[in-house]
Amino acid sequence: MNATVSAVVSLRQRIACLFLLSFLVAPTQLFAEDKALRVVSVGGALTEIIYQLGAESQLVGVDTTSLYPEAATKLPQVGYQRALSAEGVLSLNPSIVLATDQAGPPAVIKQIKLAGIEVLIIPTKYSAAGVVNKINQVSQALGLKSAGAKMAEDFLAEMDTLSNTEDKNIKTDVMFLLNVGKGSPMAAGIKTAADAMIVLAGASNVMKQYEGYKPVSTEAIVVADPEVLLLPQRTIDALGGQSGVLGIAGVNVTRAGKKKRVVAMEGLYMLGFTPRLPEAVRDLSKLLHSTKALESSLAVADK
Amino acid sequence: MSTIPSRQTLTLVFLALLLAAVFFIAIGSGPVVITPPEVLAILLDAAGFKQATPINPGHATVLIDIRAPRVVLGIIIGAGLAVSGAAMQGLFRNPLADPGLVGISSGAALAAVSVIVLGATVLSGLQDALGIYTLPFAAFIGSLLATMLVYKISQTEGRTDVSTLLLAGIAINALVGAVTGLLTYMADDAQLRTLTFWSMGSLGSANWEQVMVAAPFILVAIIIIPWHARALNAILLGEAEAGHLGFNLERIKKMLIVLVALAVGAAVSLTGIIGFVGLIVPHLLRLMVGPDHRFLLPASALLGGSFLLLADLLARTMVSPAELPIGIITAALGGPFFLWLLLRFRQRGGLG
Repeated sequence: MNATVSAVVSLRQRIACLFLLSFLVAPTQLFAEDKALRVVSVGGALTEIIYQLGAESQLVGVDTTSLYPEAATKLPQVGYQRALSAEGVLSLNPSIVLATDQAGPPAVIKQIKLAGIEVLIIPTKYSAAGVVNKINQVSQALGLKSAGAKMAEDFLAEMDTLSNTEDKNIKTDVMFLLNVGKGSPMAAGIKTAADAMIVLAGASNVMKQYEGYKPVSTEAIVVADPEVLLLPQRTIDALGGQSGVLGIAGVNVTRAGKKKRVVAMEGLYMLGFTPRLPEAVRDLSKLLHSTKALESSLAVADK
Repeated sequence: MSTIPSRQTLTLVFLALLLAAVFFIAIGSGPVVITPPEVLAILLDAAGFKQATPINPGHATVLIDIRAPRVVLGIIIGAGLAVSGAAMQGLFRNPLADPGLVGISSGAALAAVSVIVLGATVLSGLQDALGIYTLPFAAFIGSLLATMLVYKISQTEGRTDVSTLLLAGIAINALVGAVTGLLTYMADDAQLRTLTFWSMGSLGSANWEQVMVAAPFILVAIIIIPWHARALNAILLGEAEAGHLGFNLERIKKMLIVLVALAVGAAVSLTGIIGFVGLIVPHLLRLMVGPDHRFLLPASALLGGSFLLLADLLARTMVSPAELPIGIITAALGGPFFLWLLLRFRQRGGLG
């Protein structure tokens, strides 16, 4: 009896010991990794990936393009990605800086590296493969490789359903206007995020003659004759709504102007090539191919 | 009248103390919190005095490799810009004269814009050879070429005509503006945003290599320009009068222009266009110590250093851990202050 009790006790003790040991060994490593990683994310899409991986507790700073989810905007701001401050970033005591290839200036990136901080530069590519690459690199850097693989898989599956449902026969002619202020509006040519999104949404960009964003003249707008005008939400707001867009010289002559078809989408969602890409493409496709006039576009865009 | 020299000397002493104070505040503050005793320990350690208490290597890197070169560069560039501004104003007898006026800044800007836009294509050889120093190097060459061109145009029969020099500067500015505009048109979205930030200036990229590259050019100007203080005083009376007083005006003018081109070109090339320092600092000092260049020039160097250092301190701490372009701070500090001075001293007969 006594022996049994002592055996039970010793078994309990052993279990307790193992339990304690397991706390001391395996989880300590996990715990240490959790504690040790302090991530500064420079790039809206990268920040979104970190949140979707559930690793936001490791995030100690973000840049001005990290607008989603909203919680990210409450984190310490390292500023605009092209004008980072070395000491500012270092003051957050990061263990790694994740950044897009647009982050800079180069001398500041060099200074951060000099201080012994790992800086991972992830290329910006306007494609689903580009997003998968971002997911892989971020998850690997955070030690969440398997979660990242799962996320990338789900993302690609979601993208696949998209291309199956898309109606390839309708190619709406779209013009994307980046900003409309003083002087000529800037329209997106090829090799831009906007062009890539328009194509993914099964539509066609009317400005194929040049690369990047360029100011376009009134006559060029008339000649291009888009069926739909696409703008970032912020630009439309700055113009005082859809009527402001329709007031741009030349627009009233185009098909878009006559049918009052102006579509707006939030900038990061539409152009950021974030993990939300499938939804963004689906929403954009719906908006671009809607046959209804201004009111309905407005309703969806304002949602 | 006999009290004036002592007032000027006192001002110089005060400005030197001010610069020292601002220096210690600037080196001791920043987004990374380093306590004053630690700052002292790190500085002594770097100077070779081994410290009993261990140094935090992260803090040492921040202080020695990031903050210290930035502070030193700020002092040198602020001093260089202010002395250059004072010399230009004296030389042209024009209170609005500014290194930007004779095409130095725009020459630097054109070269910099060219590198940003064409760096990956046409100028890739240069880019490969110089790496991240391509931009500063190109801006420096650009400023020098622009100044030499303006200066050559303004030479008539071996003499420099100041009004032709000013007008040529305006023409060169316009021409450079057109080419810059064309390159801006060719730029892609990313390059455009780099251009915008570059044009507002920043000391954020400062490192010791930059200080070593820029310091000789700017220090030469800061040291040699004040040697010509008496000549500048004579020029205030008029060029003919200065000639009658025995100054070799042509030699002095050439010398001053080259020195200013060196200083401003080196400054603009490293930090982008930082406005207002060359204009406001000399004017403020003229109100305080009078127009005598023997005091005005060294005083400009001291106050220019303090002013830019203070502006940079605000730039890097106000929105920390992000930072503001320093051009915004100098204009925001300088503009209202300058207006206040104008109004306050209007009854004394203006700034002329």
